[in-house]
Amino acid sequence: MAAPLSVEVEFGGGAELLFDGVKKHQVILPGQEEPWDIRNLLVWIKKNLLKERPELFIQGDSVRPGILVLINDADWELLGELDYQLQDQDSVLFISTLHGG
Amino acid sequence: MPAPPCASCHAARAALRRPRSGQALCGACFCAAFEAEVLHTVLAGRLLPPGAVVAVGASGGKDSTVLAHVLRELAPRLGVSLRLVAVDEGIGGYRDAALAAVRRQAARWELPLTVVAYADLFGGWTMDAVARSTAGSGRSRACCTFCGVLRRRALEEGARLVGATHIVTGHNADDMAETVLMNFLRGDTGRLARGGGLGSPGEGGALPRCRPLQLASQKEVVLYAHFRRLDYFSEECVYAPEAFRGHARDLLKRLEVVRPSVVLDLVHSAERLALAPAAQPARPRACTCCRALASRPLCQACTLLDGLDRGRPRLAIGKGRRGLDEEAPRAGAQPPPSAALPAF
Repeated sequence: MAAPLSVEVEFGGGAELLFDGVKKHQVILPGQEEPWDIRNLLVWIKKNLLKERPELFIQGDSVRPGILVLINDADWELLGELDYQLQDQDSVLFISTLHGG
Repeated sequence: MPAPPCASCHAARAALRRPRSGQALCGACFCAAFEAEVLHTVLAGRLLPPGAVVAVGASGGKDSTVLAHVLRELAPRLGVSLRLVAVDEGIGGYRDAALAAVRRQAARWELPLTVVAYADLFGGWTMDAVARSTAGSGRSRACCTFCGVLRRRALEEGARLVGATHIVTGHNADDMAETVLMNFLRGDTGRLARGGGLGSPGEGGALPRCRPLQLASQKEVVLYAHFRRLDYFSEECVYAPEAFRGHARDLLKRLEVVRPSVVLDLVHSAERLALAPAAQPARPRACTCCRALASRPLCQACTLLDGLDRGRPRLAIGKGRRGLDEEAPRAGAQPPPSAALPAF
């Protein structure tokens, strides 16, 4: 049983518009059998934070292509992407590259 | 799995993997490399000679924000001076907020800012009025096409107003790849033929234009803005969701997941593409209405404004343009205001 985690989830680059315009969210992920990874964080975000047009944020079990994911300020590509296991006090930032130039 | 060490300084942990090379770099080394590459693009392409007065097309969005910031860093080495030029298209609720972002940037960077408005330049036409005029005509999806033509003209006028010798825009590699894909999908070989290179040298009296970020991917532009803590405006224009460009972008983004270099590879392909002689664009000549450089008797901006004034908005892009030449412009059509603006 994994203990609850306190995680900072942040949206930027226009992605925050799908979350009532709120950029920073300090969230508590409840304790669960499985360890928390980005894959089930996305499910949690869709259920608890996402306010509108979920297809603009999530496609399949991942983020929509063109949304960057930074975990503790490092590109998730370096950290295992969906399989990265969250630690207490991690920060996860989603930046849209798809909005205006 | 922890991030690997930075491949450049070997001290910090890497913060990203570069799309083209696969190299893993820390934030500081990445930003330094990004700036060095823009410098190289400008120097190797001889895009901005020493002494140039450079008008930066500023929208408040990520690309022009990064462009202005990097050029400001590089300006002493390049020996150029910068002016910000923003265009107010007259899009209620969208452009006002973006212009506020540009004003904040200009103040922070201590760069002079000039705003030119469609309404002043184009006989009262704002983009909202154009959109109302085209609604229901089957042209409503073409707002971005109309706007692109007018914005190009407006930026030229704004640059002249501030005494610029060169114009730079923030187009990045993704923008270029999307355009290449759109031109292919529209059968617009004339634009494919003209599209290569880093800019235009400024024929026929037009100011030379270039795109110093053309080799930088969208992802790197956004990450540069992030690591340099740049504040930019990121709402989407109200008319953009209708645009064809969105489909090209979605396709490229999905391809990028399986092949990260796809954007740069497509730009490269387009630059190297050899077109059959029959597909080469005609030599440009002066527009019969405003004297700007045009591939037809009337330039795109004049064709568009003439159509709007007649209540028959017409597209001057790609196949939509075929057959337009038989129609002469209405007698007394207003030329865009190149001549009417004070030159200083």
